[in-house]
Amino acid sequence: MSVVAEETKKAITGGEFLIRESFAHEIFTPEEFTEEQKMIAQTCRDFLETEIYPQLDELDSMQHPELMPQKMDKSGELGLLGTAVPEQYGGFGMDFNTSMLVADVIGAGHSFAVALSAHTGIGTLPILYYGNEEQKAKYLPNLASGVWKASYCLTEPDSGSDANSGKTKAVLSEDGKYYSITGQKMWITNGGFADVFIVFAKIEDDKNLTAFIVEKDMGGITMNEEERKMGIKGSSTRQVFFNDTKVPVENMLSDRENGFKIAVNILNIGRIKLGASCVGAAKAVIDKAVVYSKERKQFQTSISNFGAIKHKIAEMAARTFAAEAGNYRAGQNIDDAYARLIAGGMSEAEAKLKSVEEFAIECAILKVYGSEALDYTVDEGVQIYGGMGFYAEAPMDRSYRDSRINRIFEGTNEINRMLTLDMMLKRALKGQLDLLGPAQAVAAELTGIPDFNQEEDTALFAAEKKIIANLKKVGLMIAGAAVQKLQTKLSHEQELLMHLADILIQVYGAESAILRAEKVAGVQGEAAAKLYIDMAQLTVHRAISVIKDAGTEAIYAFAEGDEMRMMLLGLKRFTKIEPVNLKNLRREIADALIEANGWAIHF
Amino acid sequence: MKILVCITHVPDTTSRIAFTDNNTKFDANGVQFIIGPYDDYALARAVELKEQLGASLTVLNVGGPESDPTIRKALAIGADDAIRVNAEPTDSFFVAQQIAEQVKAGGYELVLMGRESIDFNGGMVHGMVGELLGWPALSPVMKLDVEGDSVKMAREIEGGKEYLEAKLPLVAGCQEPIAEWKIPNMRGIMSARTKPLNIVDPVDTAKMTSVEVFELPPEKGAVKMIDADNVAELVDLLKNEAKVL
Repeated sequence: MSVVAEETKKAITGGEFLIRESFAHEIFTPEEFTEEQKMIAQTCRDFLETEIYPQLDELDSMQHPELMPQKMDKSGELGLLGTAVPEQYGGFGMDFNTSMLVADVIGAGHSFAVALSAHTGIGTLPILYYGNEEQKAKYLPNLASGVWKASYCLTEPDSGSDANSGKTKAVLSEDGKYYSITGQKMWITNGGFADVFIVFAKIEDDKNLTAFIVEKDMGGITMNEEERKMGIKGSSTRQVFFNDTKVPVENMLSDRENGFKIAVNILNIGRIKLGASCVGAAKAVIDKAVVYSKERKQFQTSISNFGAIKHKIAEMAARTFAAEAGNYRAGQNIDDAYARLIAGGMSEAEAKLKSVEEFAIECAILKVYGSEALDYTVDEGVQIYGGMGFYAEAPMDRSYRDSRINRIFEGTNEINRMLTLDMMLKRALKGQLDLLGPAQAVAAELTGIPDFNQEEDTALFAAEKKIIANLKKVGLMIAGAAVQKLQTKLSHEQELLMHLADILIQVYGAESAILRAEKVAGVQGEAAAKLYIDMAQLTVHRAISVIKDAGTEAIYAFAEGDEMRMMLLGLKRFTKIEPVNLKNLRREIADALIEANGWAIHF
Repeated sequence: MKILVCITHVPDTTSRIAFTDNNTKFDANGVQFIIGPYDDYALARAVELKEQLGASLTVLNVGGPESDPTIRKALAIGADDAIRVNAEPTDSFFVAQQIAEQVKAGGYELVLMGRESIDFNGGMVHGMVGELLGWPALSPVMKLDVEGDSVKMAREIEGGKEYLEAKLPLVAGCQEPIAEWKIPNMRGIMSARTKPLNIVDPVDTAKMTSVEVFELPPEKGAVKMIDADNVAELVDLLKNEAKVL
């Protein structure tokens, strides 16, 4: 075992988690953050405590539209808007995982988190990664400091998930000096106060979009009133109309028709960062829910003493823990890939993009995992608060409403589920990922004699690792058979794709949780890492349960006769694990959080 | 001018407090540590004075290596360099002795610290340092301005405020609203790693006190609801159980 572990210290590639065993020493865990990174996290927390939390109501009321840009200015003074921007453009050139950490902590900042992430992510990154030297020198220093605020104009009334179908037009002037942009964009975050707009439009009858950097003062820009929304009410969201807005040709971003690619690649980053901010939001909800459950007394005792409440606390914690483990695991994969590409001679901007693109599958998975972990957490957070949860003056109301958008923006969770499969299969077709070999091996295993080797391995997580290897086989078995049977028709079977994506998502979450707990136990000892170990175990058992259901549904959806029977038997075999008293496991997790007055893992 | 700010490395105000070794030692397990909040005010004012007067600013902590992250935070907030006297801060006099030695060695003229730490809350160190150096020591200082070699201060006293003036050098124990806490910015955080943190050995000082035992306050009892018509029971409970009548 350890020999294998040592020899696999090789470059990890995107999507590869499905076809090979990963090891604890290969992953980064947030417990390994440096003193400096921890200090950055604390600065973010202090900023939320002093600037945002006292004014959440005012921000959400939208009665003072100048308040959010003022908060952005203050975060800019602290340097929080320039973490990803290189030092030569006035930023701090931090690595990817540090910007993930900022997204994580600020994620607890409700509407402010949305404003900040739109500015630093989809607002700034297109220029950073696709801008030419003049564009970067002109825009980045002012964006990194927050003097200029940015927004991103992709979505249109009839062009949402199908982003490339936008109708906004860019027409070149007769003298060839500028493009005249005309069109309607909607759901524009930061629209109300943005100085810079990244606008996607089509030139002539182009098939693909082209991106432009548009300044507020270029003329012809009008806006509707602020949209009234279910949540993130303090985040400025406007419809923006471009009416013959004259944009100098030098403001075209990258090449003509490269806009859709920019949109897709920037969204990859947005997705994993959203996964991080969901985790930050979830930890804040857990803190409040645990404290409330201790204070709230019914039947002469704190409701935290009730099993039904402990069940909720443990589930909230385990899902958040697994999402967090996955986030920083993939974040480090991206940092490592970046370092390799730079060493290979690639430019910084291109290496940043390529390194994230390499892990686009993980980015999509983590967006779904994080946003659904948060949605579960806020839902049960309301439930723990009971009647007070439904009361708008208590904190769960805002958390519940603000959470919901996360399953919608940066690509709906449905789009991200389909992408997960689509990207996996494309990588296989391109020869970047050998799915065929492992899928054939699983098919052979199905018709072979089951492994009756029941030799007991007492190492930490021996059983869980075995089951994770088997859960991967479930994914390969069903996906392999579905591709073979349906071929190109598979893309029309969205329900099946959702189930297959659920299998991959659960595998990644469970494996990340196990590897994180194993790594922490290796450093701190199993006794000190008990909470980590318990949460990882619970995550694995939930993965088994979800995969059993998703696998069954998936098999029913396309297989018949003997093939169906064989796969159902395979599913049963691959999801078999020794029973664990999950009730007791959850109680122990909940007790640790109750003892710690909230989210018990601090870094 | 050379300013010295003394900071404590103390449990976060929301920490769960527990003891070990038969209730004679604080259990630091799982506890987050911060710069003492009153020290943080002193530091914030010192950073302002540094900018205003072009002064140099050193932070000092008496503690083990576990204090280093707290010291680095003070550097990130704006101190130029730091001294850690490598010793467990056993009691107020021990700490005061260490500070006084460093003040003499470093030629500081203004020594600021919190009015008290928030772990043992002795509130004595500034007075002792003043005594050991033969300098004026004032606390709790809520406003502090330096004009030439004189320092103008405001203190809150019983029923009013007191405005004072004293000559440098002096020691002040500070509290809000002397300045607003400063959040370290990214530039400060990144420069903190290159600023000097000098570790020095303590001077020999006899320990004058030792802890016999810590005791947590008793847990709050549940509220008893008495029926509004049952005044007799209420009076009985107030007399015999709460013993307030």
